[in-house]
Amino acid sequence: MASIEISNAVKSYGAVDVLHGIDLDIQDGEFIVLVGPSGCGKSTLLRMIAGLEDITSGAISIGGTVVNELQPKDRDIAMVFQSYALYPHMSVAENMSYALTLRKTAREKITDAITNVAEILGLTALLERRPKALSGGQRQRVAMGRAIVRKPQAFLFDEPLSNLDARLREQMRTEIRKLHRRLGATSVYVTHDQIEAMTMADRIVAMHDGIIQQVGSPVEIYDRPANIFVASFIGSPAMNFLKGAYEVAQNGTAGIRLTDGSFVPVLPARGATANQAVTLGARPEHIAIAADENGENGGIPARVELIEPMGLSTLVHVSLAGNPVKIFTLDRPDFAVDSFIHIAFDMEKIHVFDTETELRLPPENEPHGPQTA
Amino acid sequence: MNVSGNSPARKLVYWGSHYLMIGAFVVFALFPLYWLLKVSVTPNDILYTEGVRMWPSRTTWENYFFVLTQSNFPHYFLNSVIVAGTTAIVTTMVAAVTGYSFSRFAFRGKVIIVALMLITQMFPLVMLIAPIFKILAPLGLTDSLTGLIIVYTAFNVPFATFLMQSFFDGIPKDLEEAAMIDGNTRFQAFRRIILPLTLPGVAATLGFVFTAAWSELLFALMLVSSESASTFPVGLLSFVSKFSVDFGQMMAAGVLALIPACAFFLLIQRYLVQGLTAGAVKG
Repeated sequence: MASIEISNAVKSYGAVDVLHGIDLDIQDGEFIVLVGPSGCGKSTLLRMIAGLEDITSGAISIGGTVVNELQPKDRDIAMVFQSYALYPHMSVAENMSYALTLRKTAREKITDAITNVAEILGLTALLERRPKALSGGQRQRVAMGRAIVRKPQAFLFDEPLSNLDARLREQMRTEIRKLHRRLGATSVYVTHDQIEAMTMADRIVAMHDGIIQQVGSPVEIYDRPANIFVASFIGSPAMNFLKGAYEVAQNGTAGIRLTDGSFVPVLPARGATANQAVTLGARPEHIAIAADENGENGGIPARVELIEPMGLSTLVHVSLAGNPVKIFTLDRPDFAVDSFIHIAFDMEKIHVFDTETELRLPPENEPHGPQTA
Repeated sequence: MNVSGNSPARKLVYWGSHYLMIGAFVVFALFPLYWLLKVSVTPNDILYTEGVRMWPSRTTWENYFFVLTQSNFPHYFLNSVIVAGTTAIVTTMVAAVTGYSFSRFAFRGKVIIVALMLITQMFPLVMLIAPIFKILAPLGLTDSLTGLIIVYTAFNVPFATFLMQSFFDGIPKDLEEAAMIDGNTRFQAFRRIILPLTLPGVAATLGFVFTAAWSELLFALMLVSSESASTFPVGLLSFVSKFSVDFGQMMAAGVLALIPACAFFLLIQRYLVQGLTAGAVKG
C-alpha cells in the first residue's frame, strides 16, 4: 500500500485545459472519493494516476516515486472500470489470474490467491465460467476480484457501480467499504453519485470545471460546504438557495433581507458587510414548518405547491417570494396543496454565501478550519 | 414484426411467404452454380443435341479427367493459391495494424490518410493498368506472381483496413486499458486481448481479400503474359479458342476452382458467426 501525491497536475487537450493545477495528497490506506458532475475532470484525474492519460504538467507520485513517465503496467495499481472490462475470451479464473501470470507468479501461489479472493467475493462456483454467462453484479465482483488478487499499491475505481440497479448498487457499496476496511488499501474512487461519495469516503474531493472545490470528510463537506457549487451538489434533496442582502442590527444581530422583504435571522457572518448581496443556503431538513399559523416562531408565510410523501419522511415544496423551497419533515403534514404555511429557518445551521464569489461566509464563531476553494 | 397472438393461419401465411422469398432468392443465387456443375458432367456429344434439360441423360467425369491431367490447369491453380493466399495474409496483417491505429489513436495527418485511402477506391481499375504496367515493368515485376501479389495487396488494403477498423471500433477501449494496467504493453494488449477478440473480423477480411484475389482477371490478364505465371481465371480463358469454346472442360475447371474458396470459408465460418465480444462489458 502506498500514498499518492498529486502536485500541480495539469491536463490540456490542445488549447483546452481540463484540469487546472490539481494538488492532492492521498494518505496510505485512505479511501478517497472524487465527486463532481460529468465533465468536471474527475475521471481524467483518475486515468492520469493510472497512466492511461499523459500529464501535461505537474507531478504524480505513488509511494514516493514520481510516475509521470511510467507505463500503466509499471505503476503497480489496479483499476475497476465502469464497464468492468473483463476479458471475454477468458474464464473468471483466467481473468483474475491474468496479471499474476504476466508477472510470472508461481502457479500454486496464483491458485491460492484466486481461491482466497473467490471465497471473499463469493465467486468460487463461477470460476470456470466466461463473463458472458454472468449477471451484472457477478461481473462487477469479478472485476473487483481481478483488482484484489494482485495486492497492488492502490485501487482505482472508475464509477464501478453505475451500471448496476439501485438495490445491487447499495449492496456493493457496503461490500466495497467492508473490503476496504479488511484490506486497508489506498483507494481512489470516482463517482458522480453524491450518495456514494457520502457513504463510502474517508475524504471527499469535490470537483468542478477541472478545479478541486473542496476536500474534506463527508460530514465536513455536508455541514460546511466551501461554496455554492459544493453546497448544491452534495445532499439530496438539494440545498435551497435564496438571494437577498446582508443586514446587521445595532445590537449585533444579523440577518438576510430576502427579495420579497421578509427577514431571516442568521449568525453574524465573517467578512460580510451591510447590504452586501448574499445568498442564503438552507438544507431542506433545516427548515421547520412553524407550529402555528400566526408565525410566532418568526415564521415566514409560504404557499404549498406539492407534497411528496417518501414513507419515512415527507418533502414539502413551497413557494417563498417566488422561489421554490423544499422542506424535509418527519411529521405527517396536516395541510393541503395551495394552502399557506409558516416556515422557519434554523439559524444555527443555515449558510450565508457571497452571491458574487459564491464562497461561503462562515459564522464568526466558527473556528478557522481547513477549506479549499 | 410481431406476429405472435395472431391466428395460426396468418402465422402460416406470414412464415410461408417469408421462407418462399428466401427460397426464391437462394434458387436465383445458386442456379448458375448448379448449371456449372450440370454442364461440367455433361458429355460433349450431347451438350448441344439434347436441348435445355435440367439434368443430362448421361453423365461423365471425362471433363474433370482432362482438366486435371491434360491441361495446364493444375499449374494455374497452384499459382492462384499462392497469389490469393499470400495477398489475403499480407493484406489482413497490414489492415489489422492500420485499422487498429485508426480505431484507437489520434495522430497528425490521420484525416488525410483516410481520405487518400478512400480516393484510391474511386477510380475504375482499367484506368490504372497502363501506369501500373509502366511502373512494374522496369522493376521486373510484370509476368511474375510477386508483381500480382503487390498490386492485389495495394488495391485491397484500403477496404480491408476500413473493415478491420470497424471491428476494432466494436471492441471497448477499456479492455486493452485493463490489460495495460494488468501488466501488458500496448502491443501485448493488442496481441493477447484485442486480436483474439477480433478473430471474426480477421476471418471476414481474410475471406473477402482471398475471394477478391482468387477471381481477379483484369490485372492477371494484363500484367502476366507467360503460361508459367498465369492464374486460374486467365487459364479459364484458354478453353476459349478462336473457333470454339470447350464448355465442358471450362465448367469442370470452374467447379474445381470453387473448391478452395469453399474450403476456406468452411474453415473460417466458425469465426464469422461467433460473437466473441458478448459479455466483455455490460450487456
